[in-house]
Amino acid sequence: MSVATQTANRSRFASACMSIGSLCVFVLLWSVLARWLDDNTLPAPSVVWNSLQVEWRSGELTYHLGMTLLRVAAAFLIAMSIGSAIGIWLGMQPLANRIADPWLILLLNIPALVIIVLSYIWFGLNEAAAVGAVALNKIPNVVITLREGARSLNPEYSEMAEVYRFGFFKRLRHVVLPQLQPFFAAATRSGISLIWKIVLIVELLGRSNGVGFQIHLYFQLFDVATILAYTLAFIGVMLVVEYAVLQPLDKRTSRWRVSHG
Amino acid sequence: MADSALVVDVQGRTFALEGGDVLPAVGQLRFSLPAHSFTCIVGPSGCGKTTLLRMILGLDTGFEGRIEHIHEGAVAAVFQEPRLLPWRTVEQNVRLVLPDQYRNESLDELFQVLGLQDMRSFYPNQLSLGLARRAALARAFVLKPALLILDEPFVSLDKATAQRLHTLLLKLWHAQPTTILMVTHDMSEAAILADRVLVFGDRPAQLVNEILIDTPQSRRDALMQLDIAQRIQRSVV
Repeated sequence: MSVATQTANRSRFASACMSIGSLCVFVLLWSVLARWLDDNTLPAPSVVWNSLQVEWRSGELTYHLGMTLLRVAAAFLIAMSIGSAIGIWLGMQPLANRIADPWLILLLNIPALVIIVLSYIWFGLNEAAAVGAVALNKIPNVVITLREGARSLNPEYSEMAEVYRFGFFKRLRHVVLPQLQPFFAAATRSGISLIWKIVLIVELLGRSNGVGFQIHLYFQLFDVATILAYTLAFIGVMLVVEYAVLQPLDKRTSRWRVSHG
Repeated sequence: MADSALVVDVQGRTFALEGGDVLPAVGQLRFSLPAHSFTCIVGPSGCGKTTLLRMILGLDTGFEGRIEHIHEGAVAAVFQEPRLLPWRTVEQNVRLVLPDQYRNESLDELFQVLGLQDMRSFYPNQLSLGLARRAALARAFVLKPALLILDEPFVSLDKATAQRLHTLLLKLWHAQPTTILMVTHDMSEAAILADRVLVFGDRPAQLVNEILIDTPQSRRDALMQLDIAQRIQRSVV
């Protein structure tokens, strides 16, 4: 193992220790605060843990978490596909961009709640309306991020591709998409964090399952421990997505950005 | 024109400026490149040399006249900047320009000649400018092009590196004869490499002189190269 690898491993280990230490301090502070308040509004971490286990054993947690994740995945895929295609196109077509720009500003400034409510009114309380409303909330952000990416494409690489007669798909795969990678990464990160929050509102307002529905249910029962249990479970899943999927993917696609030799 | 690889017969190229002004970049130009010749274009900065190369490469089509590639076959280019894709290794950059059926062709000999054997898996940002230029040359020669366009490919290199690359370029050209058209500001570079020099005047680009160099590149010693460079310099003035 090289010295550089050993140093990098030590640095990663130290960073992980700091993260775990920081979380431990958070749980400790929470425990102290819960003990001091001593009422149902802030249950202790151990009480929340017990609620989490109860929901897990009954199968409720898995089911509702699964439904929410499915909605997040569907809305994310729709928003990224449509938003990226429109964003790249607008970045390359100044006239279309000038025409579409006011629409984008309009969509960006409509509150998420309004889109959700109108979607349920117009299309009914169904899955398509729910997922569509979430996707519609995210699409303008993806469009704007990818539009900036397409505007910043290096024309020198395009000329190289032109001279060497690259076909459309070869150019897209080897020249265009790698340049857009940081913009895709930014849209993905902000997309997932925004989408899962909106999905909970959609579930709260018009679905009969999912984490949002359960939070609404336990809100009516004033069961703060179970509300926190669902919240923590969902955050846990999102952290796994971040560390097990997004970060390794980001690292892999950015591996060429090594230090200069 | 049976032995020509490229025929240039251009009436002019102008650019519209803000405010309605027109900038003439290239004037009337008529010349051809003999097949397997090494032609250098020299001329003052901003006289339209690069614009002409872009027209030949098909990157600029807004001109009057015609540019005819006589032989079918690939056209390759090495630009002032290497223009290697930074997210692909040296080898991937070179293989990328090959048609699919040749994608797995051995590149050992080409990398050997260019001294890139140990850098195949390097990314461009790990290479010096000289090595990146070699990789750009490898990408151009791997296609076995019918026409190779070089736009000041050795500019801003130190003299020793530039000399090494001149030698490598000539070696590749002898091993794989192709028609080369190169723009340079350096008269001594033209004296080392070219068998024909086209001298351009001030903008808009127009041919003011043509110098044929009969002595093969391999037989030119330092004194002869100096003499040729002075001839070119005199014709520029």
